[in-house]
Amino acid sequence: MTDVMVPANPPFRPSMLIYDRRYRSMTFQVIVFILVMALAWWLVNNTIRNLAALGKDFDFGFLWQRAGYDIPQTPIPYTSDDTHLRAALVGLLNTLIVSILGCIAATVVGIIAGVARLSNNWLIARLMTVYVEAFRNVPLLLWILIVFAVFTEVMPPPNAFRGDDPAASMILFDHVALTNRYTAIPTLAMTNDPGSLDLGARITISWATIAFAVALVAGWIVRRMIAAWAQRVQDQTGVRPTTWWASLAVMTVPSLLLIWYFGLHLIPPTLKGFNFTGGLNVQNGLVALWLALTLYTGAFIAEIVRAGILAISRGQSEAAFALGLRPGRTMNLVILPQALRVIIPPLISQYLNLMKNSSLAIAVGYMDIKGTLGGTTLNQTGRELESIVLMMGVYLVLSLIISAGMNLFNARVKLKER
Amino acid sequence: MSETHAQTVPFVRDTMLPPAAPPVREAGAVRWLRQNLFSGPLNTVLTILGVLIVWFLVSHFWDWFAHSVWNADSLSDCRRIIAETWGEGARGACWAVVRERWNQYVYGFYPPELYWRPTMAFGLLFVALAPVLFSESVMIRRVVLALATVLTLWLMAVMGAPAAWLVFAAAVLVGALLISERQPSWLLVFSILYPLMGVWFLWGGSAWGPVMVLVGPVLGWIAWRLLGRASALVATVAALVVPLVWWIVFAGDAARDAESIVSLAIPAVASDRFGGFLLSITIGVAGIAMSLPLGIVLALARRSDMFLVKTLAVIFIEFIRGVPLIALLFVASLLLNYFLPPGTTFDIILRVIIMVTLFSAAYMAEVIRGGLAALPKGQYEAADALGLDYWKAQRLIVLPQALKISIPGIVSTFIGMFKDTTLVTFVGLYDPLKSMSDAVRASTSWKGIYWEPYIFVGFIFFLICFGMSRYSMYLERRLARDHR
Repeated sequence: MTDVMVPANPPFRPSMLIYDRRYRSMTFQVIVFILVMALAWWLVNNTIRNLAALGKDFDFGFLWQRAGYDIPQTPIPYTSDDTHLRAALVGLLNTLIVSILGCIAATVVGIIAGVARLSNNWLIARLMTVYVEAFRNVPLLLWILIVFAVFTEVMPPPNAFRGDDPAASMILFDHVALTNRYTAIPTLAMTNDPGSLDLGARITISWATIAFAVALVAGWIVRRMIAAWAQRVQDQTGVRPTTWWASLAVMTVPSLLLIWYFGLHLIPPTLKGFNFTGGLNVQNGLVALWLALTLYTGAFIAEIVRAGILAISRGQSEAAFALGLRPGRTMNLVILPQALRVIIPPLISQYLNLMKNSSLAIAVGYMDIKGTLGGTTLNQTGRELESIVLMMGVYLVLSLIISAGMNLFNARVKLKER
Repeated sequence: MSETHAQTVPFVRDTMLPPAAPPVREAGAVRWLRQNLFSGPLNTVLTILGVLIVWFLVSHFWDWFAHSVWNADSLSDCRRIIAETWGEGARGACWAVVRERWNQYVYGFYPPELYWRPTMAFGLLFVALAPVLFSESVMIRRVVLALATVLTLWLMAVMGAPAAWLVFAAAVLVGALLISERQPSWLLVFSILYPLMGVWFLWGGSAWGPVMVLVGPVLGWIAWRLLGRASALVATVAALVVPLVWWIVFAGDAARDAESIVSLAIPAVASDRFGGFLLSITIGVAGIAMSLPLGIVLALARRSDMFLVKTLAVIFIEFIRGVPLIALLFVASLLLNYFLPPGTTFDIILRVIIMVTLFSAAYMAEVIRGGLAALPKGQYEAADALGLDYWKAQRLIVLPQALKISIPGIVSTFIGMFKDTTLVTFVGLYDPLKSMSDAVRASTSWKGIYWEPYIFVGFIFFLICFGMSRYSMYLERRLARDHR
């Protein structure tokens, strides 16, 4: 008998839909599909009936109506005569401002605290442990409220800075004034203003900003090219040319030249009458939210950094030393690439959390997208469904963009296994 | 030998020298200081910096803490006492607000004569948790249960609980102590019944409601047994459909009819009377209990081979994780009425619990998925090689290990969720942190008191969350099966 008996496929019976593994998953998926569709139909049908009963419709036309409310802090020009759409855009920009500022500051705080917690110094390590545990185990809302209360209750009113012998004084060489209504910080000004690029809809970007962005990007690209050249030379000759001064120069010199060309300088706030003018008066809601988010997220980032450093076994640095690498190169070539693989994914999800937590701005009256679109606009127009759906969509898009970035990174540094 | 040696060498020491004391700088406190605080220039600078920070904090806040007042009727009273005791211009903490408003912070606006009911529910919670949480060590279980028994009964007696309920609580608590000595797993029956009992104790009303809810699974089981002989497929479908039909169509009427025949009602308490830590703990415990199973199901679905199941799980998880909890809470408070049949209303606390559960289940699913992915592939392959089917492999081999790996993540999700219960303030519920402190400040006697309520609430949250994280560390050590 040379040929193997192949069992003929048994004829199909209905019971095979559940007992045969080939069909069972199909059966199950079809059932799930039907149930999900039924649920969706039920929800949509209910919504339609409810809207009809209330005499409402599902229409985003209200976004083009006059908003009629003021926003204390607007990164783009906005008046109460503008549309709800523009108010929502202002809110979105405010969300982005506090998120980005928070991410930057939280990273700095987190790295310092995480490294300090591993320090040999007993006192510093204990202090950082207290910081991390205190912030991780208490609701963020509490920190926001406390920081905000510090600003509104403890800080002096602006007129306390008046007179020859004022009750309060400015900090940072007379550049910043902390008052109970706002924080006055210096603004940037240019003696040689190149004007602005008009993007339409009264949104403008200064040419100077564009010039700095171009200078930085170009400097970064040139730096990459210098590094690639150094690598080529090293591969051919075995000696790596010294490049740090060239890298530093291409990164900084164009910006310094631009600063000199535009005559960029700081204008500190000065007290005129009862208020500070000349500088930028930042609403305390923003400052309190930013500080609280920074300290809270910083505590989580500290733990991530600590875990990332601890995850690299001592053998790795010992092996690098045995190969004759200097400590700096050991850090750059051996420790950091491995530690970053552990650190970056949770770090980015902390950024995501920070962005979502910035919606707690309603606790301090900072008008982010929750405060404009999901707050005043919703209350004024009575369009709960549209406002909340739109707001959730905005948050969802922001998160998906950040997650997509994280997935790209993960795919690049992933360990290959079978 | 030794004689020749003695002739060539003038002196040989034949006793050991007593060991010399180490130099002062290498011993005791000095050595510790040198090693831990002043081991180099950088460390010395850091130490000085740290001392300065500590000194700054102590010098700014010590007098405030030292001048604490615990007995006063109002903030002005507090300030008067501080000024009288420590002189004009002295600062001091007025903890009297915590003392005076303690009940409000703990029970919200719950009727004071019924305070014993949440207390009893909280005490019995430890019985329900005993087989799940404290099953690792006999000693800990004994201590926890004994403490819960004594404290619950004492507090209930102080709060004026009726004698019948005192006997009931004593019977359950002492019974649990005795049963757990013999066979702790029997307490699982109580753990399964506890959610319904807890709801009844907290909200009151007729006991027939929870009983009729319980009838659903019983009917399902009966249907399964009856039809099991005919066809397994029909039996499975019936076991799922019968309880659903019972709950949706019959349970409400059955509970009303039964109530009209035999009344089993205790005074009902509306949801708007809930507040303070009672509200936080109710939402937190319910969310924790429901989000773990839901998270496991979602994690398994996301790793499933079935395309549709996987896609749905991904959409659900990414959607929930992509929006802030506040947005979901607003959906619960504003939009849910749109999605339900016209005229349906249901309790705001229940809506919030559902949203909080869904929110943390999505995070839980990602944590557990991490645990599943971290298991070596060999474990899955070994389960297949043993011929286990999918559910057996998950239940016996994969999940026990994956859940053990994910304990830190699971507990930190729990902690995050418990902290997030403070956000219910934005949908008009009385959380202890913002709404309750605002309510306290709204009275004329405590107008303008900021720090003490915040610090008090923060301290309680810290105790609970820190306790949870320490417990998870302990559990991790207990469950570690490698490198011992």
